[in-house]
Amino acid sequence: MLRLEARPEISTFWSYVSPILAAVLTLIAGFMLFSALTDDPLQALSTFFISPIADAYGISELLLKATPILLCAYGLAICYRASVWNIGAEGQLLMGALIGSSVALLFVDSTSSMAMPLTLLAGVVGGTLWAGFAAMLKVQFHTNEILTTIMMNYIALNLLVWSVHGPLKDPNGYNFPESALFGDSTLMPILWADTRLHIGILFAAIVMVLTWVFLRRSFVGFQIQVLGLDPSAARMAGFKGKKLTYLVLMISGGLAGLAGAIEVAGPIGQLVPSVSPGYGYSAIIVAFLGRLHPVGITLAGLLMALIFMGGELAQIDLGLPNAITGVFQGLLLFFLLACDVFIRYRIVNVPKLLPTNSAS
Amino acid sequence: MHKIKRLELRGISKQYPGCLANDNIDLTIEPGEIHALLGENGAGKSTLMKIIYGVTQPNQGEVFFNEHPVNIKNPAQARDMGIGMVFQHFSLFESLTIVENIALALGKQGGDIKSLSERIRIVSSRYGMPLQPDRLVATLSTGERQRVEIVRCLVQDIELLILDEPTSVLTPQEVEALFSTLRHLSSEGCSILFISHKLHEVTALCDHATILRHGKVSGTCIPKQETSKSIATMMVGNETPISTNYNKVQGDEVFLCIDNLSTNAKHDFEVALKKISLNVKKGEILGIAGVAGNGQEELLMALSGEIRQKKSKNPSIYFDGQPVDSLNPFKRRRLGMGFVPEDRLGRGAVPTMTLSQNTLLTSFDFGLVKNGLIQVKKMKALANLIIEKYKVKAVGEFSHAESLSGGNLQKFIIGREMQQNPKLLLASHPTWGVDIGAQVAIHKALIQLRDQGGAILVVSEDLDELYQISDRLCAICDGELSPIKATNEVSLETVGCWMAGDFSVDSVNEKEIVHVAS
Repeated sequence: MLRLEARPEISTFWSYVSPILAAVLTLIAGFMLFSALTDDPLQALSTFFISPIADAYGISELLLKATPILLCAYGLAICYRASVWNIGAEGQLLMGALIGSSVALLFVDSTSSMAMPLTLLAGVVGGTLWAGFAAMLKVQFHTNEILTTIMMNYIALNLLVWSVHGPLKDPNGYNFPESALFGDSTLMPILWADTRLHIGILFAAIVMVLTWVFLRRSFVGFQIQVLGLDPSAARMAGFKGKKLTYLVLMISGGLAGLAGAIEVAGPIGQLVPSVSPGYGYSAIIVAFLGRLHPVGITLAGLLMALIFMGGELAQIDLGLPNAITGVFQGLLLFFLLACDVFIRYRIVNVPKLLPTNSAS
Repeated sequence: MHKIKRLELRGISKQYPGCLANDNIDLTIEPGEIHALLGENGAGKSTLMKIIYGVTQPNQGEVFFNEHPVNIKNPAQARDMGIGMVFQHFSLFESLTIVENIALALGKQGGDIKSLSERIRIVSSRYGMPLQPDRLVATLSTGERQRVEIVRCLVQDIELLILDEPTSVLTPQEVEALFSTLRHLSSEGCSILFISHKLHEVTALCDHATILRHGKVSGTCIPKQETSKSIATMMVGNETPISTNYNKVQGDEVFLCIDNLSTNAKHDFEVALKKISLNVKKGEILGIAGVAGNGQEELLMALSGEIRQKKSKNPSIYFDGQPVDSLNPFKRRRLGMGFVPEDRLGRGAVPTMTLSQNTLLTSFDFGLVKNGLIQVKKMKALANLIIEKYKVKAVGEFSHAESLSGGNLQKFIIGREMQQNPKLLLASHPTWGVDIGAQVAIHKALIQLRDQGGAILVVSEDLDELYQISDRLCAICDGELSPIKATNEVSLETVGCWMAGDFSVDSVNEKEIVHVAS
């Protein structure tokens, strides 16, 4: 009889193997899914996972897609280490895009070298304040941050939609719900000629290193983790729980806001209602898949970007619905949570009958 | 005539993942016998009890009840056979009455509430522990709650009663009452298995004792023919010194001063502190006795800064003359406070963090943080120093706090606080659940800090410990503090009265009464 049994200590081995196993199981489930939907499941899998990155341009697009996901996920990891469950990266990203665009539109005809930095800074401020509001609700009124951040995602989305239908709508835009195109001085400089890859990926790389230093080497990062693992120990040691809660939410919001500003000042080049295809939500999966560790998150973020691209390609080449992206994201999270059981439990084979003969 | 043995265990072994909790244990209990099961923490007492009560099954060995081989699959079957058990932690619903609680526990056997009430009334008064069946459990004292648990066992026909450390929550007077109940029961033929740490209780009460060590029977004896010391030697082996007497001192100037500290209870399970005033001098240990849940936790929270007092014109807590009411624990530590909280895992130490990270938890001001960055080498060096100096048994500084045994983790936490050379050390139940070897080490460390001029406040339920190490002694009951007396001028009986809330006892005539620790 097989039975789950609690391990005496949590398994470090399984905490690394679980995400890999989850990715493999997702592939197997994907194969079964494609077997049902298409004639040639292997070809479909290859269209989904290999074709998008078969050439240099594909790689550049992968990095481009990964940039906003990674920026959001690093910030979420800091929140989750403090056991602050910020589900609002999507809304914080949209607010970053909205506030960033508001600034960018002031520079449409300007050649100022400050245009791009100010746009990004405005995005950071937008995301920080949006998350700071959720932090205030949590600290002052003990509201559950999971609920408030989710609800604020919808508020942010509707504010953005209202803006492009109203104050930020391009007066010469034939009444389309879009802002004017940003000026060249606002756009992110291209990093890799002949591709859309811009310097945003460097931001992501820097944030990765900073996140690592912050979590592993800084005393504040240590306090955050104590708060997350054992709030009463944090209180005993005198760490300031309320300030730390503000800090993690605002760092996370700021990074998501930066991601939003980078998207509008990067590949999109204007404010549109569909700034994000759900980067803020997929970043949650990425943060957990990457074990809340900056390096792990980077790998997981690249995989997530690939799923986004594969989904688009599957739509074009195989005629599959766009929902396939969401299905893959869901499968990945599902298998990850299932495999994570092995970190705390192991399977043992229990003999059905106990030997009761005397040993004496 | 040959008497039928009530319970006999033959060669019981129980294997848990990673540890052999019981190794080939034999145990025999006669009818009407009060049998003590002794052993340090982790010796396998709890496992053996759970096997007898059917909570868990042995991997090997046989159980005989009234000389019939039995296979006890669950506690319900054990109860049907006439085995009752009173756990250390009560399982009562506070919002229900006594009779409702007992009816729930008994299920169908309880019968209707009315006749059950009557049975409770009769049984409880017969054994000298009167209970009113319709009272809410929430209104009962700890001692009364224990009576409910015992009466729950007695309303059934019971032949074996198991008690897991029943006296740890009682005042000395309540202990006496419990013992006379148990003697009454045994005179009627009911066997009792009595689990305890406290050796003098075992010598006073029990007919036989079985001593466990590392999962094996390390000895059996008739306690009345032994001294506490000789039994303790069987429990811990020969290598550990059993007890030491420390000299009592006067102390120097006042470091900690509490002046008229009162708090409000925020909910039903909190105790309001009522006008508490006390001083702890440099170079002395002040002990606070009391039954758990009488305001100790609230007092320590107020002193550590985990709960801060509202700013007022009359501050109530001073460190070295400086009011600290509004300071958080972080700032109070900078004024020289060290704190050993009651909960080791999860508060005193973060379970899933390494020992070196747990060193950083409170020692951050001791060169471990520079420009906001953790000095990893220094952190590890300090952790290793603590492990070595305080003889913490751990694989290394990288061991997770949760992988240590309770006693070793406590040695680590005490060492961590000691290493900061605190001017004031607050220690809550410093040796609770710790084996005797670690107990001695911890006491020595406390005395050493005292002799270096540290002011120490010890809150404990263990009176032996308080008599051994504290220079002055008082007790707390329902948020009120008793008078404070020099330890060697106050009798155990007086402290017992204080613990029960009677502060009026005159102790002038008590100077000749000298308490003999265990």
